[in-house]
Amino acid sequence: MSKNEGVIYRISGPVVTATGIEARMYEVVRVGNEKLMGEVIEIHGDQSVIQVYEDTSGIRPGEPVLSTGQTLSVQLGPGLLTQIYDGIQRPLQTLEEVMGVFITRGVDADGLDLEKKWDFVATASKGDDVLGGQVIGTVQETDTITHKIMVPPKASGKIKSIKSGDFNVTETVCTLEDGTEIKMMQEWPVRHPRPFSQKYAPDTPLVTGMRILDFLFPLAKGGAAGIPGPFGSGKTVTQQSLAKYSDAQLVVYIGCGERGNEMTEVLDEFPHLIDPNTGKPLMNRTVMIANTSNMPVAAREASVYTGITIAEYFRDQGYDVALMADSTSRWAEAMREISSRLEEMPGEEGYPAYLSSRLAEFYERAGRVETLNGEDGSVTVIGAVSPPGGDISEPVSQGTLRIVKVFWGLDAGLARQRHFPAINWLSSYSLYPQSLNQWFRDNIASDFPEVRTQISALLKVEAELQEIVQLVGSDALPMDQQLTLEVARMIREYFLQQNGFDPIDAYSGVQQQYAMAQAILTFQEEAKKAMAAGARLQDVVNVQSRTELMRARFAEGYLDKIGGLVEAMVAEIAATAEAN
Amino acid sequence: MTSKEYKTITDIKGPLVFLEKTEPVAYGEIVSIRLSDGSEKNGQVLDTSDDMVVVQVFEGTEAIDRKAGVKFLGDVFKLPVSKGLIGRILDGAGRPRDGGPEIIADENADIIGAAINPYSRQSPHDFIQTGVSAIDCCTTLVRGQKLPIFSASGLPHNDIALQIARQAKLRDSDEEFIVVFCAMGITAEEYNFFRSDLERTGALENAALFVNLADDPAVERLITPRLALTAAEYLAFEHDYHVLVIYTDMTNYCDSLRQIGAAREEVPGRRGYPGYMYTDLAMLYERAGIVKGKKGSITQFPILTMPGDDITHPIPDLSGYITEGQIVISRELHQAGIYPPINVLPSLSRLMGSCIGEKTTRDDHKKVSDQMYAAYAQGRELRGLVAIVGEDALNERDLQLLKFADIFEDKFLRQDRDEDRTIDETLNLCWELMTNIDTKYLVRLDQELIEKYHPEEKKA
Repeated sequence: MSKNEGVIYRISGPVVTATGIEARMYEVVRVGNEKLMGEVIEIHGDQSVIQVYEDTSGIRPGEPVLSTGQTLSVQLGPGLLTQIYDGIQRPLQTLEEVMGVFITRGVDADGLDLEKKWDFVATASKGDDVLGGQVIGTVQETDTITHKIMVPPKASGKIKSIKSGDFNVTETVCTLEDGTEIKMMQEWPVRHPRPFSQKYAPDTPLVTGMRILDFLFPLAKGGAAGIPGPFGSGKTVTQQSLAKYSDAQLVVYIGCGERGNEMTEVLDEFPHLIDPNTGKPLMNRTVMIANTSNMPVAAREASVYTGITIAEYFRDQGYDVALMADSTSRWAEAMREISSRLEEMPGEEGYPAYLSSRLAEFYERAGRVETLNGEDGSVTVIGAVSPPGGDISEPVSQGTLRIVKVFWGLDAGLARQRHFPAINWLSSYSLYPQSLNQWFRDNIASDFPEVRTQISALLKVEAELQEIVQLVGSDALPMDQQLTLEVARMIREYFLQQNGFDPIDAYSGVQQQYAMAQAILTFQEEAKKAMAAGARLQDVVNVQSRTELMRARFAEGYLDKIGGLVEAMVAEIAATAEAN
Repeated sequence: MTSKEYKTITDIKGPLVFLEKTEPVAYGEIVSIRLSDGSEKNGQVLDTSDDMVVVQVFEGTEAIDRKAGVKFLGDVFKLPVSKGLIGRILDGAGRPRDGGPEIIADENADIIGAAINPYSRQSPHDFIQTGVSAIDCCTTLVRGQKLPIFSASGLPHNDIALQIARQAKLRDSDEEFIVVFCAMGITAEEYNFFRSDLERTGALENAALFVNLADDPAVERLITPRLALTAAEYLAFEHDYHVLVIYTDMTNYCDSLRQIGAAREEVPGRRGYPGYMYTDLAMLYERAGIVKGKKGSITQFPILTMPGDDITHPIPDLSGYITEGQIVISRELHQAGIYPPINVLPSLSRLMGSCIGEKTTRDDHKKVSDQMYAAYAQGRELRGLVAIVGEDALNERDLQLLKFADIFEDKFLRQDRDEDRTIDETLNLCWELMTNIDTKYLVRLDQELIEKYHPEEKKA
């Protein structure tokens, strides 16, 4: 029998040392008279070192410490969607009701509403043999999402009784022969990945509606991407855009150590946004975690784990889940802060030596899997990185880049030129095109990969030519190279630039992206022909119908009009040759 | 309250005092140290355990010896707050500096300040007119925002901050701001400049000043902004004031933070600053905002000087990641004799989108601002090209843009220290200046706006 009550020996900021408890690593403990929540992160003989999720001012040595016997866990079940949590799954709304507008401490709140009744529909029946992870019933949680109730991963057996009806999450809905009672709510320790049958190679893109991402640097469902960028380059806008428009069925958005006002903007905006894929409010498919930069640092450390565990839980129901973490650098800094309080030997730039393995463990929880229920589900992780001074040679960026397969490099220079999304097309990369090419060929166009190669080749040639232009001016280049520059400019201004605030331009389907890329290549082709027949470059570039083609993307129904607009352009360009 | 006095100091190092064996002492508890000559110093507990207590002494450890007596006052640092703070000048530890009486407290507020629940915040959306064209047009300030001034030594950031404090107001409203001014390690001369300016304009009666000067204890600086913000929160959320907090200079604050870190032998992060500096700064900057159900607001104007004009230095870098934009002061423009020397290109207001437009400023604001910015950016870039190839190599459009960059700096940026331009005046000025560029090159403006506002194309 382990002892579950001890006393505080030492307090140093968020790190508290207790003696007299026999706690396990990562066990949750209650610290002091106010019962602040903490987690054991180190054990020295009789001393347990605890990171506390709340402010420790005013706590004294000698106050009690209680161990709970549990590790840091989240409550999983109906009621997660549309919620806004802090880093340790306390609903912010409940916190407001209890403490007012300022977050004080010592308040415990359940992640799920334990009272609310849900309409449980049993899909398994008495006598069925069920295994862990198997779906035994459903709850229509929101308009768009059916919450599937699963047997907890470690339980299995023959169903003795199961009934449909209105239940709250702690009531038993199903009993197994061995007496195991299954409730709608499960608890799962956040630092443990949830189990699955096997991992598959990703083969479907996560369509984001952002042209530069889907077309040039696609991310697969179940993949992992890193977005590093200095402040002001649009990380948060990109992340929010992904949360709004990506074709994942569920989105978990973690605001980790970011700005309060920005979080509020998200909280204000999301309930009014409509999901372009289902036509229902976006909030219906969203779980948010908001731990702003001034909220306790230990809870910030926990927030990414809380988020990804929730994401995995929905993956296990067979959904495609996208998780955005903004920003993983703040998470890493939280680790550094705690590590330094523990007086651990630091690695690079004061970060703990285990930084890169923690990053790897986190991103490794992404993936497309066969669930225990035999379905296909995925978690896609998109992590923002905030490198100091925009220099990505620092440890968090490097640790991230070693693991993720997609790198969307944000560029302050582009942001300053008001080129948005400010993703640098030369430094960014994606390692997924190979595995996704088949999907693009089957679903969009058989020559999709070839068109992509042509577009990115043009951008590379432009970069080389620009170096010469810087020295001698563009007039000194031969005509065909000047045309290349014009085509590349069209790619940049018409295709890569996308106005995230424009209701129409913000989302561009892959079919439309392909049509736009084709339009650019057609322009190049026709311009070449016309110039060979004697047309002047300036006349070809200035044809009115090309401007119309480009401008029309801000109007509705662009995909249907694009063919006609291209035809008009072709005709007008051909006319420029005849005019000469 | 009487409490035991301990004479168990073992080590004294930098601003820290180490004590042995005491009764349980709370983390963050306030400490009073009595020196052998009878004088007193104050401090705060940084680390506490059964065997050892570490105290950070605000006034510095000078003259403390091992015989000094240490008393623990049983409470964390609190500031007595009341409406009486308005019009007062306090020192960096919250004691009257103006010769006036002690503040009579309505309540004692914990200076650490709790985090505002993101769910309880209200999105800022009220446009603040500062009367400075560069700010109003290009990096619009919003009530409840935290917008720092990134400056460097020898630049007129103080003038700009004061001009903003003097002129800031909501459009069509007489509601004035209460200014909470927080000085951290600035020189007496700078302080006098601020004070006399506030006195001259009568703003001092509507201000509360917290002053820690260059020769005041460095460690005290860690407390000063927290006192100022605690006062600001009280005035904003208990008494419905709109508070403008100006603090200068954040660089001194961060250096004090580094000093404490070094004395505690902590593992340093970049350039020797502690790894928790981001969190520490966030706990100051994030105390800006508006909360649901309260009328008041806190808007912050931190000023920081970038060491070596380097925007990637940890202090501006970490600040930029927390604040909602920045106003960057340029040495180049200052040397060219332009006031205010605001470089609009790296400057940014993240909340601008929520407060401009037809309902709040004017329908053309967004597009005009984009066009001015784009034209100026291109013009500046062309200056570099001209230095190499000469003006002859430029085409007509580029020549116009090149000239526009000069006009932008001379007519748009430049204004007097007392010149208070309304947003309409600023936007009309933009249109007037843009007549220097052919309309066909103004690609970011649409025809409708050009017909409505362009002085030469306007339709009656």
